[in-house]
Amino acid sequence: MGDHADIDRQVRTYIMVFVTLMALTIITVAISRLHLPIPAAVAVALIVATIKGGLVASYFMHLISERKLIYWVLGFTVLCFFTVLLLPLWTHFDPIHN
Amino acid sequence: MEIPYTVAERPDTGLNNGKIGIWLFLASEVMLFGALFATYLMLRIGAAVWPRGDSILNVPLATVNTIVLISSSVTMVMAWASLKRNDFGKFRLFQGLTVLAGFGFLTIKYIEYSAKFHHGLLPSKNTFLAIYFLLTGLHGLHVIGGMVVNGYLWGPGAKLWKTDPEHFTNRVENSGLFWHFVDLVWIFLFPVLYLL
Repeated sequence: MGDHADIDRQVRTYIMVFVTLMALTIITVAISRLHLPIPAAVAVALIVATIKGGLVASYFMHLISERKLIYWVLGFTVLCFFTVLLLPLWTHFDPIHN
Repeated sequence: MEIPYTVAERPDTGLNNGKIGIWLFLASEVMLFGALFATYLMLRIGAAVWPRGDSILNVPLATVNTIVLISSSVTMVMAWASLKRNDFGKFRLFQGLTVLAGFGFLTIKYIEYSAKFHHGLLPSKNTFLAIYFLLTGLHGLHVIGGMVVNGYLWGPGAKLWKTDPEHFTNRVENSGLFWHFVDLVWIFLFPVLYLL
């Protein structure tokens, strides 16, 4: 990771990721102007945000070349997050009626 | 007394201690912001009416803020890359730009918040504003925290470069990870609150 050619290549990647993130930001704002129906708007917004977030995590945070242990930590975290998100949601859609 | 594994990798984890420490901390931050996003979702689903974000909030200003924060993430990683290239001068430049971008973000946030307060749009007014101020306020506090650490590493903390450059580089990398996370949260906050 300390090799100069390596770092130069990484810097080129950072610039490309930056340009992509700018483009995706413009795209997400432009699509919001279309006032799509809510389910489509939510899906598009979250997909674009996930791609942007994925790029930041993979390249700026070096996750794409990180050790497996970090993937396990994050994988477990994501599992916990979806549990925290989906359990209350499930109870909302499956209430006890008297 | 030397703190072990600040540079050398621990044989069991394969990482230096600072890196695994910051990732564990970020995992806890995912749960914090994740819980609040889930709160937003529950509130919105349970509400009879919910305003479109762009009918109340300033989308152009927030778009500028998104660009500012993403740019600051680039300058942050460039600061670390400069240290890897042994260019302390460039590190100072990029780290300084990162902190300045943080100031820029907070300035725009201040403009947004004060305009809201001026028009009586307080967190107590309705549920949308309550969750908006909570999410963006907590995020703003994280921006301030990140700026304090980044400022320290730009200023007095940079002394470590002379005595232990690899340890200093790792510190910059770890604070960079926190800063990227702050950017990541905003990348989700912006469309969810402002565009939907």
